[in-house]
Amino acid sequence: MNTPTPAHVDGNAAAGVLREVFAVDLTAAVGQCDNCGCAVVLAEARLYTRAPGMVGRCPGCQAILFRVVRGPDRTWLDLRGLRCIEVSLPDS
Amino acid sequence: MGIVSPGFSGRRRTADLPPGQYLTDDFPVLSAGPTPRVRPEEWSFTITTETGREHRWTWREFRALPTERPTVDLHCVTRWSKLGTHWEGVSLDTLLAGVETTADHALAHSYGGYTTNMPLADLRDGKAWIAFRFDGEALAPEHGGPARLLVPHLYLWKSAKWVRGITLLTHDRPGFWESAGYHDYGDPWREQRYWGD
Ligand SMILES: [Zn+2]
Repeated sequence: MNTPTPAHVDGNAAAGVLREVFAVDLTAAVGQCDNCGCAVVLAEARLYTRAPGMVGRCPGCQAILFRVVRGPDRTWLDLRGLRCIEVSLPDS
Repeated sequence: MGIVSPGFSGRRRTADLPPGQYLTDDFPVLSAGPTPRVRPEEWSFTITTETGREHRWTWREFRALPTERPTVDLHCVTRWSKLGTHWEGVSLDTLLAGVETTADHALAHSYGGYTTNMPLADLRDGKAWIAFRFDGEALAPEHGGPARLLVPHLYLWKSAKWVRGITLLTHDRPGFWESAGYHDYGDPWREQRYWGD
């Protein structure tokens, strides 16, 4: 008798892959602007830092790609302006 | 002798500051994007009610309304405060006088796409203005000109620069910073900086 495979698992199972993504230097990652569709190396985003948070905008269309708010003991990351991020991994 | 901040230069003291704030005499410019350049002749201000009814003022119509000259303290969530600033603007009481609504929430929106939310009650009773002059001069684009919302009893991110309208809502809708970690209400005296504060 097979135990039915659950449709989803605990989010903790994503720890490995997320660590792999977020422990790298994301400025080298390539994202796709959700507004205009162009590919943007995050380091080439127009970054506005004289604000309550950090705002990265698309160099092509000015749409917001990402926002980072840094509190004393927490940080918030909003990536909704990016459709997908491509991160190069070291040889594995 | 009272307790005086190191940057003390005038008549006000650190006792006038909300917790965690320091006093500054200049007026730092904060911006999350390029500065919109909106000429008065292309500017308009619209209040949209929860039923979709629009009340719109052109610049000329807006400037024909009675104005007030509030002197208020500004408290930015990035921790600077500027005391006793002089503005001229139209009270939201004046703008809301002919607006029929039962909404409890408001979302201000700006040229350039910025938004910020607050309870509608915080825009009433002499607490908020659409300001078009600072220190006797036309409001510079860097500070939100031609006109900005001024809600000085809340952190300054609520005082939307380049304001173009306010939407009245039956449900709260978090704005630009409120949806990215900053407090939904933002009372500087209760130090409501971030979610959960
Ligand atoms: Zn784009």
